[in-house]
Amino acid sequence: MWMMIKRMVATGAKNFVRSGAVSFATVLVMTVTLAIIGSLIFLSAILGNTLSALEDKVDVNVYFVTNAQERDIIAIKERLEDIPEVSAVTYTTREDRLAEFRTRHENDQLTLQALDELNDNPLGAALSVKAKDPSQYQGIVEFLEEDPSISPAGGPIIDSINYFQNKTVIDRLTSAINATERAGLVIVIIFALASTIIALATIRLAIYTARDEIAVMRLVGASNAYIRGPFIVAGVISGLLASILALLLFYPATWYAGTALQNWLGGFNLFSYYMSHFGMVFSILVGSGILLGALASWLAVRRYLKI
Amino acid sequence: MIYFDKVSKIHRDGTPALEDVTLSISPKEFVSIVGHSGAGKTTLIKMLLAEDRPTEGTVFFESADVHAFPKSKLHHYRRKIGTVFQDFRLIPNKTAYENIAFAMEAAGRPEDEIRSDVPHILDLVDLGGKGHHFPNQLSGGEQQRIAIGRAIINQPDLIVADEPTGNLDPVNTYEIMDILKKINELGTTVLITTHNKGVVDSIGRRVITMDRGRIVRDDMQGQYVL
Repeated sequence: MWMMIKRMVATGAKNFVRSGAVSFATVLVMTVTLAIIGSLIFLSAILGNTLSALEDKVDVNVYFVTNAQERDIIAIKERLEDIPEVSAVTYTTREDRLAEFRTRHENDQLTLQALDELNDNPLGAALSVKAKDPSQYQGIVEFLEEDPSISPAGGPIIDSINYFQNKTVIDRLTSAINATERAGLVIVIIFALASTIIALATIRLAIYTARDEIAVMRLVGASNAYIRGPFIVAGVISGLLASILALLLFYPATWYAGTALQNWLGGFNLFSYYMSHFGMVFSILVGSGILLGALASWLAVRRYLKI
Repeated sequence: MIYFDKVSKIHRDGTPALEDVTLSISPKEFVSIVGHSGAGKTTLIKMLLAEDRPTEGTVFFESADVHAFPKSKLHHYRRKIGTVFQDFRLIPNKTAYENIAFAMEAAGRPEDEIRSDVPHILDLVDLGGKGHHFPNQLSGGEQQRIAIGRAIINQPDLIVADEPTGNLDPVNTYEIMDILKKINELGTTVLITTHNKGVVDSIGRRVITMDRGRIVRDDMQGQYVL
């Protein structure tokens, strides 16, 4: 048994080398297929990263009236932090908000003069609330509005919640990102499927040229498994070489795309993603390369083993 | 050893290739099947090798129905038969040595046996120095000798040769027939088909004449008569 396996591997490798041009073409076609499958990984990484970067920018700001007591605000902050959907709550004091306002308008003398005319700081303290998921903001806002304890005796302390101003933007952004993600994945999956079919057809054609040989092998008394073995080995070699080629190809490709797109993708660098996820990309590409080569060969030889 | 029991083969379009053929071949015989093209010689061989199924009748090899073997067991049966074809049917991307070795490898013979037997067979078919040549680097006669080498390497009980000299010149034809006669003298049953009168007459052994799918003559010390 072991001897037969060794023979099949040796014959497969020899056949792969001897049918040079055909093997080369097969490897190239499979490289393209695997490169597209690899792009699928990178695209989903880019989309996932963009989505989380945008989600990170979305928050709800709760503005308090100017005479709200700090302990009341802290109490609300703590209550908010207890909600499982809330990921972070940041407290900005009145003074900080004023300083922020001044820096933001440092080129606008008129506004700053108007501000100086006032005796008191017109800005109230604020809480900035981040949810774990954008869809959860609605619930958080409802919680703030309905909880009676946040409107103590001295009247309501919440001046406004800017969620309602941002709501449409947030909603649109979320659905736009989701739609892009889905459409992008669907397109790449279609490409991957198409190129897989092309790779299958190429291997089938390569084996088609060997159909007479297969018939001869049957007549000489070779078992089906023994005939099929070397073809599968050659298919696996093609897949392995193609995946290594694709991995090498991604090295300059992600480096270039990484530097070119880094700003546009909000600091996300494809090259460093590739390097940090190399193990995953490697196993997906090598795995699908070997599977594709073996499966295509197995299917192609099966047709000619009928004699 | 071989017994055809009322074998008929009718093609899908209704034309008969074999009609009611009954035939028996004993061990160590040298049988020539002769007839015009389309007489059914090759179809008869295909029935024997289980390459094709008969429409009616049964083919027995050592009292086993050859068409009853499942596809997964068929190769064990075929290892008992060495086959030689008019168009040689060597594997183009294997050298002469590897073509012969392939039959041994496929039969699961150990490596050391292959290394000692193949050169011996190459010498036997007079191709000792050409083991590393690929089929397209060899002449027709040389290719056919390799095919014979491949056919005999596993010491089969029967050699089946379908028009083995059909593509060869007279000198090569003579040499190939000489090798086949030697194989027969060593105790292997040989079954050949041919339409070469010279070949048949030179053997002087059993001749079966076929015409339009039927056996019309069967002479123990035959000549080519048509």
